[in-house]
Amino acid sequence: MNLVTETAAWLTNPAQWAGQGGIPNRLLEHILISSISLAIALLLALPAGLAIGHTGRGAAVAAGIANLGRSLPSLAVIAIAIPVTVLVDPVLGGTVLPTLVAMVVLAVPPILVNAYTGIAEVDRDLVEAGRAMGMRERQILAGIELPVALPVVLGGVRSAAVQIVATATLGAIFGSGGLGRFLVDGIAQNDDGQVWGGVVLVAGLAIATEVAVGVLERLARSPGLRSPGTRDVPETAPPAPLRGV
Amino acid sequence: MIDWSWLGGHLDAIAFRTWQHVYLAGLGVAIGFAISFVLALVATRYRILYPPISALAGFLFTIPSLALFAALISITGFSVVTAEVPLVMYTLVILIRNIVAGLDGVPADVVEAADGMGHSRRQRLWRVELPLALPLIVAGLRLATVSTIGLVTITGTISDAFGGLGYFILDGYHRGNFLTEMYAGAVPSILLALGADFLFVRLQRRITPWTRARAGEVGAAA
Repeated sequence: MNLVTETAAWLTNPAQWAGQGGIPNRLLEHILISSISLAIALLLALPAGLAIGHTGRGAAVAAGIANLGRSLPSLAVIAIAIPVTVLVDPVLGGTVLPTLVAMVVLAVPPILVNAYTGIAEVDRDLVEAGRAMGMRERQILAGIELPVALPVVLGGVRSAAVQIVATATLGAIFGSGGLGRFLVDGIAQNDDGQVWGGVVLVAGLAIATEVAVGVLERLARSPGLRSPGTRDVPETAPPAPLRGV
Repeated sequence: MIDWSWLGGHLDAIAFRTWQHVYLAGLGVAIGFAISFVLALVATRYRILYPPISALAGFLFTIPSLALFAALISITGFSVVTAEVPLVMYTLVILIRNIVAGLDGVPADVVEAADGMGHSRRQRLWRVELPLALPLIVAGLRLATVSTIGLVTITGTISDAFGGLGYFILDGYHRGNFLTEMYAGAVPSILLALGADFLFVRLQRRITPWTRARAGEVGAAA
């Protein structure tokens, strides 16, 4: 009970809602760095994943890279990145940049794997039909494969986004902003209200991210594949997500 | 850039933290597996319970680990319980889903044949269903182990007493980015994760020799 009242007191304290260290600003920082790294990861992984799924070439290499990326402990990736990022920027290189690197490194595997398995699993009859109608390869990818595979592709984006939000939290250990600050500072100051306030905010943001991309996934399901009698869920589940943070 | 004399003087500490890392991760996966095994059996027997069990495990999985570790400090203190509870929780979603998928994948004919041979429910489970589900169960253990090894690096935020190899990363950072120490934690923790992954791949191949044979056929045809 004490914990609940302390948390409520911390969350409702007006001092928490203003200034650079306030909840709105920390939330904004968290969303900003998460969006930037998700955008970079999408730029790196999505075109590659779609191309591999369409051509079938390079799948083994991509699977290897993805498996390697999924195995890496996020804190270790941040630590490894520091000497490189410090060269790029002496100040930010010790705080935000290594975390950004880790966020991108850990977000690439789920996007890549789901993009190429999603495309590769599209019914070959559909692709052949498109080819018979005289569609070019690019048109087949954009007009047939991608719409059919979109829910699976977005499933990868969802895993990546949740992973990114979690890794952004770790950035606070290395002195960057975001909601993780409340956890790290709360532990250091032995302030239960701040810790639990941070827990509520961090968990809330992670769940909101999961739900938001989940809604996109549902909207992306092609109406043509929603006809009665066909299953609503893809037959093969996308590869299980892996949490490294 | 690397301070070799520091490394030479801390070999014992690195060995100890490596062992601690393996121990913390192994304990988490072992407890997680025990809980998941029971829950998966319950879920396959009473089907109506599977969606809520799976949803709850998935919900816990979504919460960032640092938040879960931090939350538990005010309840269970700076103890090993605070480190293990989140580790166990994160294994549940992977293990439960894989065990259930493995048991669901047993062909109905096989189950019927087992019943026809007079197996009791228990005998059927242990002699027929579990052996056939084993590849997926081991695949789940592989994912859970690698992910837990990654998570143990973060337990050092609770207390210096049990950070595993993550201790060096955090301690090195607090000494003003002392890279040698940070790398002494980062590199072995990556090697541990990759090593565990490799061992499980070997185990998977060993218990499913037919996949190797099939891969060979495809390779020959191409």
